[in-house]
Amino acid sequence: MPPTLSEYDSKQLLREYGVATVREDLAADPEAAVARATQIGFPAVLKLCGATIAHKTERDLVRLGLADAAAVRTAAVDLLARKRPEDGDAQLLVQAMVRGRRELIVGLVRDTQFGPCVMLGMGGILAEAMRDVVFRMAPLTLQDAREMLGDIKAAHLLDEFRGEPAVDREALARILVAVGRIGIEREAVVSLDINPLIVSGTTPIAVDALVEIAES
Amino acid sequence: MSSLVERFRPLFYPRGVVITGVSSHPGKFGFAALHNLLCHGYEGEIFPVNRDGATVLDQRTWRDIAEIPPGRADLAFICTPAVANIETLRACARIGVRAAFVVSGGYSEAGEEGAAAEQELVRVAHELGILLAGPNGQGLVSTAVKMCAEIVPPYPPPGRISTVSQSGNILSSYMNYGQLTGVGFSKGISAGNGAALGLADYVEYFAEDPDTDVALAYLEGLRDGRRFVERAIACTGRKPLVLLKGGVTDRGQRAASSHTGSLASNDRIFAGICRQAGISRAETVEEAYEVAATFATQPLPRGRRVVILTAAGGWGVLCADACVRAGLDLIALPEDLRTHIDAVLPARWSRNNPVDMAGGETRDTIPELLDCIVGHEGVDAVIYLGLGIQAAQANVMKSSPFFPGHGLDRIAEFHERQDRRYAEAAAAASSRHGKPVLCATELVYTDRAYGNSAPLAVAESGRLCYPSAHRAVNALAHLCTYAAYRQARNGG
Repeated sequence: MPPTLSEYDSKQLLREYGVATVREDLAADPEAAVARATQIGFPAVLKLCGATIAHKTERDLVRLGLADAAAVRTAAVDLLARKRPEDGDAQLLVQAMVRGRRELIVGLVRDTQFGPCVMLGMGGILAEAMRDVVFRMAPLTLQDAREMLGDIKAAHLLDEFRGEPAVDREALARILVAVGRIGIEREAVVSLDINPLIVSGTTPIAVDALVEIAES
Repeated sequence: MSSLVERFRPLFYPRGVVITGVSSHPGKFGFAALHNLLCHGYEGEIFPVNRDGATVLDQRTWRDIAEIPPGRADLAFICTPAVANIETLRACARIGVRAAFVVSGGYSEAGEEGAAAEQELVRVAHELGILLAGPNGQGLVSTAVKMCAEIVPPYPPPGRISTVSQSGNILSSYMNYGQLTGVGFSKGISAGNGAALGLADYVEYFAEDPDTDVALAYLEGLRDGRRFVERAIACTGRKPLVLLKGGVTDRGQRAASSHTGSLASNDRIFAGICRQAGISRAETVEEAYEVAATFATQPLPRGRRVVILTAAGGWGVLCADACVRAGLDLIALPEDLRTHIDAVLPARWSRNNPVDMAGGETRDTIPELLDCIVGHEGVDAVIYLGLGIQAAQANVMKSSPFFPGHGLDRIAEFHERQDRRYAEAAAAASSRHGKPVLCATELVYTDRAYGNSAPLAVAESGRLCYPSAHRAVNALAHLCTYAAYRQARNGG
C-alpha cells in the first residue's frame, strides 16, 4: 500500500483547496492538548495522529465527546501510552466535535482508464455497505458536481430532513470540484478519502481525511 | 467542409472501390464482399481484384491493382491474407486510393507476431496517407452511396443514425433492427481491431458529419479513456451519442486501502462518466437501437411533463407506473385541457392522466385529442397507446365466413382507415408542435401475419412504433435526460 499523509496533513491539503474542515490543531503533550481544546471549545475530540497511522478506529486511537480539560488530559495521557515505535513522530490531534446526523463520503481515485475520478457517497463510515455512490471524471465543472448530488439514490437526504435544514448544495458541489482539482494538479496524490464529511447545520465539513501519496 | 469530414470522405463516400482477394468461391470473404456491394446497388465503380483474372458474379476482375486506371477508386476493401497487405496498400496508393478497410485477420488479435504486423500496417498506411479502418473487421455501410461493403449481408434502410461497433455482430444487430423497423442508418462500421481509427475517432467524425443526427456505438475496451470522453462531450454538445458497453461486470474487487478505491468499480465509474459526458447509455442491444431510433425520429422534449393517451385502462395504468419509475413527470391535467377533453369525449373518460378514452371516441376524436394534448403548453411529450385495435378487428372480420356481407366490408375498411389516420395524426401533431409523440402497441408484431395498418402507418411516417409502453417510456426518458443535459450546459 502507498504511504499516507497524516490526518492533519491530509486536511491541510483540503484546506489549501478551500474545503471546510473541522477546527483542529496538533499538540505534542497533554498540557498542550488541554490548551488547544480550551481554544477550540468543548466537547472536544482527541486522536493520535501520524503519517503511518491510517486506521485509528481499529487501533482504538480516537476519543470522542471529551467534556472538559480533565477529560482531555486523561485521554491525552492514555493515547500517548498507546503510541508504538513504528508510529514515528505521531502527535495528538485536538478537534472540535462536529454534530450532524447526515454523513457523506467524498473521495478521489485514479482509474487506469479514465485517470482521476471523484466520488460522492452517502453514509460516511457506512458507505461501503450502502454502496450509494456516484463518480465523475476530473476535472469537474460546477454543473457536473451539482448533477452528482442528484444522482445519489438517497438524494432526498440532502433536502430538509427530520428537523435538519437542507444541505448547502453549492458548498457540497464546490468540495467535489476542489477534490477534482487536487486530482488534476497534485499528481503525487494517489487517492483521497474524506470520510466522514458531516453535514453540520447546512454546511458539509470534512471531519476525517486520508491522502495516499506516491512513493517518491 | 471541415477537414475531418473531408478526411473520412473516401471511406464513406468513395467514387470507386477496389476489392482485393475476390474469389470465385461463394464461401470466401472476397466473394461475399463483391456480392453484397453489387446487390445493394452501390453507386460508384467496383474494381474486383482476382489473381487469375477470373470472371466472378459476371464481373470482369483485375489481375493486378496496377492495371486499374488511376483516380477512379478511393477506397480499398481488403480481403487478402495479412502477409500480402503491405504491398496491397502500396499498390492501392499508386492508383489514388485514400482509404482502406482491412477485413483480414491475423493481426493483433492473433498474438505478438500479428501485433507487429498490425503496427507495420498502421505505419505504412500513415506514410501513404491512407485512412486505415480495421483490420479484422466485418466491413462498413454507407447508405448515401448505397454501399454495403460487408462480408455479412445486413444492409439497413437509409436514415440519420451512424454507428460504430467494436464487434461486427453487434453492428449486424443494429442493421437488422433497422431493416425490421424501417428507421435507418447513414453509416455503420465495424472498427475491427481499431489499429489506426478507434471508437473516439469515429465518434469525433459522426459529431461533425452533416448526414448524421445520432451517433450509436458499441464499446468493449478503450485505449485512451480520457480522449474518448473528450470526443464524446464534443459529440453530445451537438447531437446525441447512444452507447452500449460490453464487459461491465467487475472482474473482482480492486485491491485498495482507501474506501473510495474499494467502491470504485469499473461500472460505477463508467456510469458516472456517461452522465458527465451526456452519453445515453443503454443496457441491451435493443434498447441501444430503440433509443438511437427515437433520437433520430422524434423532436427533443423541452421538459419531462408527460401525458398518456390510451384507448383502454390497463395499458394506461402500466404505462403510468413505468413513467413514474423512469422519473418522468406524469402531470395532473391542467384545467383548460380537461375542459377541452370534456367537450370531445363522453363523461365516462378518466378525467385525469392517463387520458383513458374508455371507448368513448368517435370518428374524429383521436386526431383532435392528440392535437390539443400535444399542443398544450404544459405538456412536453405524449405517449399514445391502443393504436391498431380497430384494424385488428378489421382483420378478424376480413377472415370471417360472413365477409364481405352484412356490411363487414365497409366497416373493416373504415376501421383500417381510421387506425391509419390515428397514426398519421400522432406524427402530424408531433411535427406541428415540435414535441415527441410515441406510439406503442404489440400489434407492431403483426407485420408478417397481416400487416396492421396502424403500425404500418407509424413506420411510413418514418418513426418507430414501440412494442410496449415501457419501451416507449424508456426511450422517452433517455430523450428527457439528454435534453436536460443540453439545457444545463448550453441552454439546449
